[in-house]
Amino acid sequence: MNWIAIFVFVALFVFVTVLGFVAAHWRKGDLDLLHEWGLGGRRFGTFVTWFLLGGDIYTAYTFIAVPALMFGAGAIGFFAVPYTIMIFPILFLIFPKLWTTAHRNGHVTAADYIRARFDNRWLALAIAITGLVATMPYIALQLVGMQVVIGAMGVETQGWAGDLPLVIAFLILAAFTYTSGLRAPAMISVVKDTLIYIAVFAAIIVVPLHLGGYGKIFEAVPPDKLLLPTPGPGTLGSYSAYATLAFGSALALFLYPHTITGILSASSAQVIRRNAAILPAYTLMLGLLALLGFMAIALGVREMPQFADGFQRYGNNFAIPALFIASFPSWFVGVAFAAIAIGALVPAAIMSIAASNTYTRNIYREFIHPDCTDAQEARMAKIVSLIVKIGALIFILALPLEYAIQLQLLGGIWIIQILPAIVFGLYTRFHNSWALLAGWVVGIVSGTWMAGTLGFKASVYAIHLFGLTIPGFAAVYALIANIVVAVVLSLVLNALHLGNKDTSLHADYA
Amino acid sequence: MVETRIRRRARWARIFFLIPFIAVLWVPFYNRTEPMWLGIPFFYWYQLLWIPLTAVVISAVYWFELAQTRHRPEDRP
Repeated sequence: MNWIAIFVFVALFVFVTVLGFVAAHWRKGDLDLLHEWGLGGRRFGTFVTWFLLGGDIYTAYTFIAVPALMFGAGAIGFFAVPYTIMIFPILFLIFPKLWTTAHRNGHVTAADYIRARFDNRWLALAIAITGLVATMPYIALQLVGMQVVIGAMGVETQGWAGDLPLVIAFLILAAFTYTSGLRAPAMISVVKDTLIYIAVFAAIIVVPLHLGGYGKIFEAVPPDKLLLPTPGPGTLGSYSAYATLAFGSALALFLYPHTITGILSASSAQVIRRNAAILPAYTLMLGLLALLGFMAIALGVREMPQFADGFQRYGNNFAIPALFIASFPSWFVGVAFAAIAIGALVPAAIMSIAASNTYTRNIYREFIHPDCTDAQEARMAKIVSLIVKIGALIFILALPLEYAIQLQLLGGIWIIQILPAIVFGLYTRFHNSWALLAGWVVGIVSGTWMAGTLGFKASVYAIHLFGLTIPGFAAVYALIANIVVAVVLSLVLNALHLGNKDTSLHADYA
Repeated sequence: MVETRIRRRARWARIFFLIPFIAVLWVPFYNRTEPMWLGIPFFYWYQLLWIPLTAVVISAVYWFELAQTRHRPEDRP
């Protein structure tokens, strides 16, 4: 047991818990209204949105998994950098428009917007369910980051008693999310990101000093991990895989309910544009963090006897905790691990809020209880946020970890299939809603099928075209199929004048 | 709630967003170790470099659109 680290860790955890409850009184609003509870009253300015979106996108799982991928697989893991570069032009181009529409019409979720834009409740339902299914495993994975750092401090994480710290952390999370809504993660994210920045910058300065400079670190990396393998004849090999993984992930990111929740809680469209320019600071941190995976290789943490047990239990995910324990005094290990654990709370809170907004608005109010009052709606959302978190907890404690990882991978393939409805809907009136729904079905089925042929373990699927093999992210291929179907069917249905009701409420729908 | 509508005619500057996409999607160009910088292989520092460069491109477009919009308030929809 590392008592000093545990003490610092617990102290910081208690601090953010208090903050989480205090947040209810911050920029006070009527928390019995869904947009107050679930969107913070759309009042967050540039500064808070920067922290909130940063905490939302760069999660604890990212901080553990990206360096772990570099540690285990090498250069391919660096696709996180081009991925989180491309998200910002996309954010700037598309999402201020979605914000404006949502703000004028009181939309809280993506499916709200689709419902009003196309007047097709089934398309809206498809959008809502896709979001819910993609978010659930994501919440569960946040627990993994937390589990690894708790275990790394020497706390027993096996058996019933071992689950206790995780259960306590999640109960705290559930309680302050229930009372404060989106204000809680917004406030906590400021603390979390400050801690993360401190931990990462300390690591990228201190560890290379230990090891004798960056040159030594890269020399220690085996050549087959240092670069992507050069493709052989007749294939685009790792090149197309790397590029499509980055591009597809970038397209998918802002379609997740939790990122849309972060965007819609901004106080103006300009806040979103400004954030597209300043959020890359987080990408820089992520890039440096990825390099910590190589530092762990150079330091040889895998061969150190004191970490053998940790690697056996958590696999490559143990690389970063091991690097910190090997390089820093105990109190700083406590700070860094607290940053990761709190880094799990923030996105988990936003994700559960986003999931409950979606369920309440687009399933409960639309299909189950259409004439519920605003207060009933908000109460329903709060209760669902509890159910969602308990579900995630059970998922992680009762089922093998691979299920959550595989489902999250599938979630990435599924969520991108709502892109045509959301993005095309913002710019043109050409698409027919039933064609978009058919495209969605084709995208989901083909994407799932491709992942299935890979045993749900990988998402890079090789297609063969004119004698050329092009391995690429299955999500991108499925999206292409989706778009083709949506466009062709729209042409047919528009020609037949079928179901092309123009129900736009306002001029801002394209 | 202040809402700034960007003038349509100011939007041509967004074409510059293509630059970071091309830079990071053209993998064969940067999948190499040389030239090294401070012992860091090209593959890594090149991609890291595009983070601030992308921020610069986005900021430039942002300021340009804002300036265009503010200078001609009569054009604001």
